[in-house]
Amino acid sequence: MHAELNRRTFVVGASATVGGAVIAGSVLAGCDAESPPAQGQTTVVKMRVNGADKELEVDNRTSLLDMLRERAGLTGTKKGCDQGACGACTVLLDGKRVNSCLTLAVMHDGAEVRTIEGVAENGRLHPLQQAFIDTDAFQCGYCTSGQIMSGLSCIQEGHAGSDEEIREWMSGNICRCGAYTNIVAAVAQTAKET
Amino acid sequence: MFPFTFVKAADERSALDAGHKGARYIAGGTTLVDLMRETVERPDAVVDINALPYRDVALDGGTLRIGSLVRMSELAADARVRREFPVIAQALELSASAQLRNMASIGGNLMQRPRCLYFRDVSANCNRRSPGSGCSALGGLNRTHAILGGSDQCVATHPSDLAVALVALDAVVVARDASGDRRIPIAQFFRQPGTTPDQEHDLRPGELIVGLEVQTGPEQRRSGYLKVRDRQSYEFALTSAAVALDVTGGTVRAARVAVGGVATVPWRLPAVERALIGRAAGPDLWSAAAAHAAEGAKPLTDNAFKVDLVQRVVARQLATVGELP
Repeated sequence: MHAELNRRTFVVGASATVGGAVIAGSVLAGCDAESPPAQGQTTVVKMRVNGADKELEVDNRTSLLDMLRERAGLTGTKKGCDQGACGACTVLLDGKRVNSCLTLAVMHDGAEVRTIEGVAENGRLHPLQQAFIDTDAFQCGYCTSGQIMSGLSCIQEGHAGSDEEIREWMSGNICRCGAYTNIVAAVAQTAKET
Repeated sequence: MFPFTFVKAADERSALDAGHKGARYIAGGTTLVDLMRETVERPDAVVDINALPYRDVALDGGTLRIGSLVRMSELAADARVRREFPVIAQALELSASAQLRNMASIGGNLMQRPRCLYFRDVSANCNRRSPGSGCSALGGLNRTHAILGGSDQCVATHPSDLAVALVALDAVVVARDASGDRRIPIAQFFRQPGTTPDQEHDLRPGELIVGLEVQTGPEQRRSGYLKVRDRQSYEFALTSAAVALDVTGGTVRAARVAVGGVATVPWRLPAVERALIGRAAGPDLWSAAAAHAAEGAKPLTDNAFKVDLVQRVVARQLATVGELP
């Protein structure tokens, strides 16, 4: 195993090899492959994602989440419940936090999207990312990118004034490992410092 | 999810035209996309109405006008709403999550479909989703279901908190189609299931909600929302209460009370209101009036606790609002 083989390239490589039927970048990605779209059921959308312009033809059924993960290759945003109950898919859409699983990509032609991949700047972690490490605010890590995107908004909206307020305004992000105490600490610490 | 055609309406006329031809309107999409993925909703055509100009909140004289595309988070943060209608702001901020409130529109909030697990599960029987198929909730898991307003066809609760506040405040729903506007008192907007549980509201095919109107007043300013649920946040109501009181000189002059989580539609409590008006404010009055909150209740196998709970929630919220400074 050579040094550059990280978890991400391993997972992407393995799924391409094992899942012969899964075609990376398919217009059907994330949709029901049993019922392919007919003419008029796909749409070209343009979005600015983490500062980069994207133009993709998507099946109208494609959620913003599936477009980001399966078409734009941005797998940092996670799919948890896929029904708006967990917050793992939280991204910033035109500056506001949303659940990317509950909205269609075709609804956001011309929008600006920020995902976890666009949070660090110039190779330096955002203070909130660093605070998650410093306060031990995750265990398995699956909810973490959603927690951080939501936390950025929570602070920016001015809803991080107390631990109680943070708990209420971060309630849309579930952590099944139960790292809540430290997630609150990470958001509170960052809100004080920034 | 089944395939569908999609169009973003550039103007109202093209949106209403598409709606008239059977396309489903989409605004926030938080209910519709979810239910399309579950194949509960199967539209052939979807029309995105987000470019339409129903985005303003205006307070003209004593009337608050809310555009149907205003987002829940925007309305909750509006300083005029927080001052004149605390019950609306509180109901909104106790709904869903910060993410969902950024997405979901006010019009769509009224159009939410039930959270009954049998409605959401296409392998279960549900008269609302598939008329005539039966109701799996009646003999199944019905702890979260309705004790008021149900029928032998359906006992699903209405999920909206905002609608409970709006019913208490006698809001008006403004609906539009090519023939013009229709102003629907909100109490007539929501339909109890009866023998036609699939007919949830008063909108005609293709009609579009463009806004809401609510009147200001002294009791609207002294108002609030209490929501009791299985967890502290990000959960639907087991029982909730919207209360607005005008207390002048120690006497209740006006009272508006509605409850959520216990009925098939947002449920006004006129008997509680009658028991309040003209009487001396205080702990005895709150508990005596709240004793009327469950009148007519028909509990199911798992939800008899709501009969007591709704009376306690109303009593507590009457005390909270009635004793505001």
